[in-house]
Amino acid sequence: MAAKASRAAFGEALIELGAKDERIVTLDADLSKSTMTGGFAKKYPGRAFNLGIAESGMIGVAAGLALTGHVPFACSFACFLTGRFETIRVSVAYSDAPVKLVGTHVGVAIGEDGYTQMGLEDIACLRALPNIPIVQPADEHETRQAVAYAVEHPGPIYLRLTRQNLEPVHDAAYRFQFGKADVLRPGHDVTVLATGGPVWNTLEAAKKLAAEGIQAEVVNVATIKPLDEVAILRSAGRTGHVMTVEDHSIHGGLGSAVAELLGEVMPTPMKRVGVTTFGESGDLKGLYAKHGLDPDGIAGAVRKLLAR
Amino acid sequence: MANPDLAKLESIAREGRAQIIRMLTHAGSGHPGGSLSAIDILTTLFFNRMRYDPQRPHWEDRDRFVLSKGHCVPAQYYCMAKAGYFPMDRLITLRKLGSPLQGHPDRVMLPGIEAATGSLGQGLSVAVGMALGQKLAGRNARVYCVVGDGEIQEGQIWESLMSAPKLGAPDHHVDNLCVILDYNGIQLDNFVKKILDLEPVTDKLKAFGWPVLEVNGHDIAQVDKALDQAEATKGAPTFIVAHTVKGKGVSFMENDPEWHGKSPKPEEAVRAIQEIVGSPAPGWVALIVAEIAALGKK
Repeated sequence: MAAKASRAAFGEALIELGAKDERIVTLDADLSKSTMTGGFAKKYPGRAFNLGIAESGMIGVAAGLALTGHVPFACSFACFLTGRFETIRVSVAYSDAPVKLVGTHVGVAIGEDGYTQMGLEDIACLRALPNIPIVQPADEHETRQAVAYAVEHPGPIYLRLTRQNLEPVHDAAYRFQFGKADVLRPGHDVTVLATGGPVWNTLEAAKKLAAEGIQAEVVNVATIKPLDEVAILRSAGRTGHVMTVEDHSIHGGLGSAVAELLGEVMPTPMKRVGVTTFGESGDLKGLYAKHGLDPDGIAGAVRKLLAR
Repeated sequence: MANPDLAKLESIAREGRAQIIRMLTHAGSGHPGGSLSAIDILTTLFFNRMRYDPQRPHWEDRDRFVLSKGHCVPAQYYCMAKAGYFPMDRLITLRKLGSPLQGHPDRVMLPGIEAATGSLGQGLSVAVGMALGQKLAGRNARVYCVVGDGEIQEGQIWESLMSAPKLGAPDHHVDNLCVILDYNGIQLDNFVKKILDLEPVTDKLKAFGWPVLEVNGHDIAQVDKALDQAEATKGAPTFIVAHTVKGKGVSFMENDPEWHGKSPKPEEAVRAIQEIVGSPAPGWVALIVAEIAALGKK
């Protein structure tokens, strides 16, 4: 499988799922070319609704569609979508309207457009709501399955998708399971929990570390909420060191979720790798290097953690 | 609907006013002004317009009602109890711990509530989505949404006002949607005109593509006739501007911003109820007055 952006895999999956399930409809706020729902709109024009640059209204309309038996995918850049937090909070979450929220263009990885377009706080926002699961697939294969799962999930759910291409980290036999983390590479010195865009880089970092005799266990956390507590505690119990890697603020994202779990259940030396500042314009490679999300940065953070 | 039984509807609305006062007095907090301004509209909808079945609150073909101005939900709770969704006794659990009669509507806790509202500006968007959803599903059901005048200062309202008249074209126009503005002229802090004047609101709505009707929101015959016209309108949703009086029916509450969000003291409540029901008072009045009087002695 070639590298593909999870937003592109989402768009393709939606067309396939839409053929079988007439309940599926899409809503966009003038970014359908970017969220990749354009193909669905072309194939099923009567089931795709572009609400204009009006995200709050779009989310509300999606709630109404969900409450009349449809399966609406409400799509925009993650920052614009979760920026309408109050509408998600009341009309989607509190109403328990099974809206499928899809936030694309997550993280500093979007690059040149700069901070205002980067989804860096979306997980933090939605994690505070009691009934919205958060799923961030790591490659095309996982994305297709996560989208299919979202259709079947009985309540609201949030899918977090990338603009950039993702190298495959799963083989064809992999089966996405909602709420389950999957071990991509076993190891016994440190547990590295990664999600989304930087998962591939984390595997690359593990290879570098292995050459130095450090065996990192790399775990892909596709379901950020609810967290796979059992798998994380089991791995952490074995390795005694935990690191998280995400293209999101370290405040409120995967790192926070894991820190909360370990802090309450099994305090373990830990390091959160992620974004600690506003984003900025630049190229993906340069930005990942700057924020420590490239293989060198991730490997370096592991060495530091183990040397503590 | 043809020849509404006006005497009956007016009697239901009158009892509703008294029950609103009763509920809020027991709760010790809440919003009387806007509940009293909206009750004639809700009475017309619940008892002479909408198709629903309290025994089957999730019936797919039901007409739906979204109270976008969620703080006035006591008016809706009364209509729901009167219609048989739950016993009238439960009205006095409003705002109490464990009650499904939350301070603002909760869809999950109380079957029959169609959407959680209370964060102003959102209910209209949800109603638009419901109207579209019913059209897409081929169901011949209508959606009614009541918005407040202060509420339509919210930006999200205008997002939906802009999109709804064109949404679903060409096959699924949301002409099954009717929005009613409870235009009582008062918001929490002061008169709407003093905070952020909406005028010329009818012109604005027309410019956004809505057929607009204007009625006296306390004249049930007028409201009902406008609902007929809305139902007959094809190709676009309808907007009814209902001119109302905040606190309508209680002389000391009428048109006074103080009564937006304050519950009456027991002695005020008794006075209000006596004024609402007049004399001779129906049999149920003595009981609720006694209950309220007992509250005052606690």
